Amino acid sequence: MRLEGLVRKEFLQILRDPSSIAIAFLLPVVLLLIFGYGVSLDAKHVPVALVVAQPSADTASFTGAFYHSRYFAPLSLPDMARATEALMQGRVQAIIRLRANFARRLRGPHGAPIQLIVNGVDANSARLIQGYVEGVWIGWLGQRARARGVALRIPVRLDPRVWFNSELRSRNYLVPGLIAVIMTLIGALLTALVMAREWERGTMEALMVTPVAMREVLLGKLIPYLILGMGGMALSVAMAVWLFHVPLRGSLAVLFLCAALFLLAALGMGLLISIIAKNQFVAGQTAIIATFLPAFVLSGFVFDIGSMPQAVQGITYLVAARYFVFILQTVFLAGDLWHIIVPNALALIAIAAIFLGLARHHARKRLE
Amino acid sequence: MWQRIIALVKKEFLTLLKDKQSRLVLIGPPIIQLLVFGYAASFNLNHVPFAVYNEDPGPAARELVADFRGSPNFREVARITRAGQIAPTLDDRRALLVVHIGPRFSRDLQAGRPADLQVLLDGRNSNTALIALNYVRSIVIRFNEHWAAGHGLAAPPAHLAVRAWFNPNLESRWFIVPGIVGLLTLVVTMMVTVMSVAREREQGTFDQLLVTPLRPVEILLGKALPGLLIGLAEATFIIALAVLWFRVPLLGSLATLYTGVSVFLLSAIGVGLMISSLSATQQQGMVGAFLFLVPAIILSGFATPIANMPEIVQKLTLLNPMRYLMIVLRGVFLEETPFSLLFAQLWPMALIGVVSLALAGWLFRHRMY
Repeated sequence: MRLEGLVRKEFLQILRDPSSIAIAFLLPVVLLLIFGYGVSLDAKHVPVALVVAQPSADTASFTGAFYHSRYFAPLSLPDMARATEALMQGRVQAIIRLRANFARRLRGPHGAPIQLIVNGVDANSARLIQGYVEGVWIGWLGQRARARGVALRIPVRLDPRVWFNSELRSRNYLVPGLIAVIMTLIGALLTALVMAREWERGTMEALMVTPVAMREVLLGKLIPYLILGMGGMALSVAMAVWLFHVPLRGSLAVLFLCAALFLLAALGMGLLISIIAKNQFVAGQTAIIATFLPAFVLSGFVFDIGSMPQAVQGITYLVAARYFVFILQTVFLAGDLWHIIVPNALALIAIAAIFLGLARHHARKRLE
Repeated sequence: MWQRIIALVKKEFLTLLKDKQSRLVLIGPPIIQLLVFGYAASFNLNHVPFAVYNEDPGPAARELVADFRGSPNFREVARITRAGQIAPTLDDRRALLVVHIGPRFSRDLQAGRPADLQVLLDGRNSNTALIALNYVRSIVIRFNEHWAAGHGLAAPPAHLAVRAWFNPNLESRWFIVPGIVGLLTLVVTMMVTVMSVAREREQGTFDQLLVTPLRPVEILLGKALPGLLIGLAEATFIIALAVLWFRVPLLGSLATLYTGVSVFLLSAIGVGLMISSLSATQQQGMVGAFLFLVPAIILSGFATPIANMPEIVQKLTLLNPMRYLMIVLRGVFLEETPFSLLFAQLWPMALIGVVSLALAGWLFRHRMY
């Protein structure tokens, strides 16, 4: 009964201050749109400079392969000075250089070198570009051999098969991962400020003189925001499936059950932050630093956890988003694999229990 | 005039620093974050877990498997003896890839027919899969060269000679750490400025401020200066850590770097104050800050290149001051870009700063509750 009153009060506060509604519904939409359309690690139309010292039929057939590749947007430049300048200005990301002796050495015993210079500042893109150039190079070798009627003698031929995401669309793993980041934001932001606000405005003291138990105060904060968060989740999943065409191979029930567990953990963390921080500035700052950034960097959503140093890998076990990202990527792209979902869900339950327990422990009726 | 501004700045610093928790969140978390992210945020893969399914008893297959085992990029986690084991190994993410050598591998190789090497990859994280595939490809290319040389086959008529400028070992960290300088500077400055006006509005003291002899310009300066000072201190600290702790080379001039950071701070403060003066409560300020921060970080090129985004989103990033800062930071740190080449990045930030500050000043007067 008293709980109902608290929940109703919280809902009224949510409805009257549009910022909570914005967090729950506007934030997912904006973020998914920006991420879904904006974030991609698939380089297409990479601008490269082609520097050919002495054009000939051989060099033309090689550079032609770049013009036909959908990965490159080639730019022909007359000399290295010009190409270096373009690289410095960021107009091209790589230079492909064929020296004057290319045609002659092509027929020599050791073969002709094709010089590839990549801008290594963005190491990831540099490596992808190198891979694409290798692809063009091997394709050109094969084509040339066929045209001359000789078999190209490649000892081992690589035959890659990609599972779960055969087109290697980065959107397919970024969007499920992003849902985890958004849920973290919603969960923590929604609750991070609510208790700090009551302290700062002094309404906490008024609440203390009522017969309401602390447990009820906490539940009164938790329930409305859990409902709001699940609404945001539903919206995100709908966008992922219908707008971004991410395949959903598992079941919705599993997805939402895990989302509820994760939200409990995120809300618990937010509550804990807002109980410990006695003003909204500290609460807000902590919420960003303790929730959004780890969910972005340490969850395995963009950066591979297995490649992090051991100590950092240890920290990732404390990040609830890590488990949720794994569950989401699995449920979306692989299906309901119980032996993956169950242990990760248990981890979420444990984290939720810890945060909610700590929040309960620290939330006492006391004055300073 | 300056006396009044200084008084306001002093008051702002007092509100921020008088409380122990507030002091702590300004200093502690950025250090921890830089350390954790500096180590964590990397696209380099080490010890990619792989499994071998070798159906060929020949020496060539053994040699190829040895190449994988010997590479520092790979770590063998399982040996597969029948096809049915492949799926569970990939499903559980025990291995990122399975190297499958068919029974005819050695025979094909000896006979001069192309021998197929099948590689099965977990594509759930497509970027990781692509990088791992590139590692596999370089092992195969090296194996082929070795095999061709050892068996008197002619070398291919052309080969690639690859060099990476500015970052010869393709260290992801060199790319990410300068980005973190911008990221943390933005987050801290943003929070300081967004809360400053919103707090006064919520507590009702902003109306009092408006009836004091302070002119809006003075209020604006008084609210902006603390953010600028804190942002500069934060940036200095993180730059020092990046150079001294992470050993990221700082090749360009400090003057260029600080010009870039200062102009960027101007724009961040402008946006922050604008959001702040639109908010009636601190919660609204926070939400506004988030709605700006998250896209600003994501669309800055911090983790994923802007060039990969669709045309229209690329246009949108032109409004994002972070975008320009990322180019300045990476340019100055790694490419030794001279000031003249960076001018194209500086004036848009300055423009964003001036426009948003002017708007914020106007909103001070015209948005009352």
